[in-house]
Amino acid sequence: MKKLINYHEGIVEESLAGMAAAFPHLIRLHTEVKAVLRKDAPVRGKVALLSGGGSGHEPLHGGYVGKGMLDAACPGEIFTSPTPDQIYEAAKAVHGGKGILFLVKNYTGDVMNFQMATEMLKAEGLPVEQVVINDDVAVKDSLYTAGRRGVAGTVLVEKIVGARAEQGASLEELKDLAERVNAQVRSLGMALTSCTVPAAGKPTFELGEQEMEIGIGIHGEPGRERKAMQSAREIMEIMGTALVEDLPFVQGDSVLALVNGMGGTPLLELFIMFHELKLFLDAREIVIARSLVGNYCTSLEMQGCSITLLKMNQEFLDLWDAPVSVPAFFERSR
Amino acid sequence: MDVQGFRKAILHMAETLQAQKEYLTELDSSIGDADHGINMERGFSKVVAKISETEYGDLGTLAKDVAMGLIQSVGGASGPLYGTLFMRISAKLQGKSEMDLALFSEAFDAGLQGLRDLGKAEVGEKTMVDTLTPAAQALHEALTEGENLSQGLEEAAEAARKGMEGTIPLVAKKGRASYLGERSAGHQDPGATSSYFLLQAFREAAKGHGEKE
Repeated sequence: MKKLINYHEGIVEESLAGMAAAFPHLIRLHTEVKAVLRKDAPVRGKVALLSGGGSGHEPLHGGYVGKGMLDAACPGEIFTSPTPDQIYEAAKAVHGGKGILFLVKNYTGDVMNFQMATEMLKAEGLPVEQVVINDDVAVKDSLYTAGRRGVAGTVLVEKIVGARAEQGASLEELKDLAERVNAQVRSLGMALTSCTVPAAGKPTFELGEQEMEIGIGIHGEPGRERKAMQSAREIMEIMGTALVEDLPFVQGDSVLALVNGMGGTPLLELFIMFHELKLFLDAREIVIARSLVGNYCTSLEMQGCSITLLKMNQEFLDLWDAPVSVPAFFERSR
Repeated sequence: MDVQGFRKAILHMAETLQAQKEYLTELDSSIGDADHGINMERGFSKVVAKISETEYGDLGTLAKDVAMGLIQSVGGASGPLYGTLFMRISAKLQGKSEMDLALFSEAFDAGLQGLRDLGKAEVGEKTMVDTLTPAAQALHEALTEGENLSQGLEEAAEAARKGMEGTIPLVAKKGRASYLGERSAGHQDPGATSSYFLLQAFREAAKGHGEKE
């Protein structure tokens, strides 16, 4: 294992320090607990949006803190959810008097830790709501699993809800909006190689030279099936079909299309995948209203990508286009 | 078991986790996200640092510090789950400086109930509950048969081991392993394994205390 690190225990902290040093005009760090805070937080009269989760998915979530998106992000250790006391302190630091909304990816640990923080804050009389994001179609949602996972669709929820929060919407309105965006977004990931958790020192799973994993999770959790390696076009056919059949996305729909890198994939290949996605959607007369290509929700150095589609309407479009100033600021194409 | 014994159990747990960190992480690589050993080791090391330098008048306060330490440093699902287990145990041990099998069993039941309320797992879903539930039952049986704490923990740890091994053929229905569906069968659950280490740590700590009870 080769990584640009000093020592295992310092990875999260030192990376946060670097991000804060690079973007001092947008964010600052909490002095007591590991949390990225919006520079001018707490913003009076605005609902505070807070997200968090294990580290290793950068720029998620710290890179999305700033005007027009999150007020705070709580990073846990690598692939490990943050702790209740950490979430509690971060929430108190950014609460602007109008309540706090937690945007939580659906993992057993994340949901439990945010739930405990919610109870601690409610005990002090603070209005707190929680929306759980579960956009990954790789996992069947049933009584027999922990439910669908939250993956790259989280970025889109954070952007759209963040824009509406900036306009002064109430906690109830924002909760409703977050649930509506979550209901319209679907993602599916795939891996060519494993990630390596630094403290573990070796790859989380093994994939043969001619193998790929369809439906991979962002922590290297295995997905739907392991298949023989295929061309970009054939892979898009598998992924695109699973996505459009799920919501479903149909002829005449307008979508935001995100081709997300897992951390170790060259942009060269991500654009090839976007080209394939465009051809795939064109053939079904599904219109790409907005697009995004790059590393937005990663899994350390894993090679592979995920595809996210969000069914758009005028409300989502306006909010997507609203100004945003965050470290992971992106050019959003028209 | 007194404060010193309880502290010894936690120390044993931390030592076991240090030795078994890679094994637990390996188990977690197969059906989870490869961090269980790392998180548990980090959490219990922090707890040991805290409880080693504090004087405790009763078991409840000690157990509460263990709970808070785990909640604040483990993360993942294991932090709240083990934290809640010790938090509920601490409530039963408030003001008590000594515990026998009856009190341990009562506190353990409360802890297990708290953990089950939070995790909503049933027996047979490939989780910690599969280890802890038979251990709780073994404690009940030992109590009925008039055994002491040391004997009770011998049997509880043995029941826990069987429960842990029993998770191998199970299909996970809770937690991250559940995403694998049928593919989770054939692997021992990492959470069930760390739960066995916990019972084992209490068994070790209680050894030799039996005669006094």
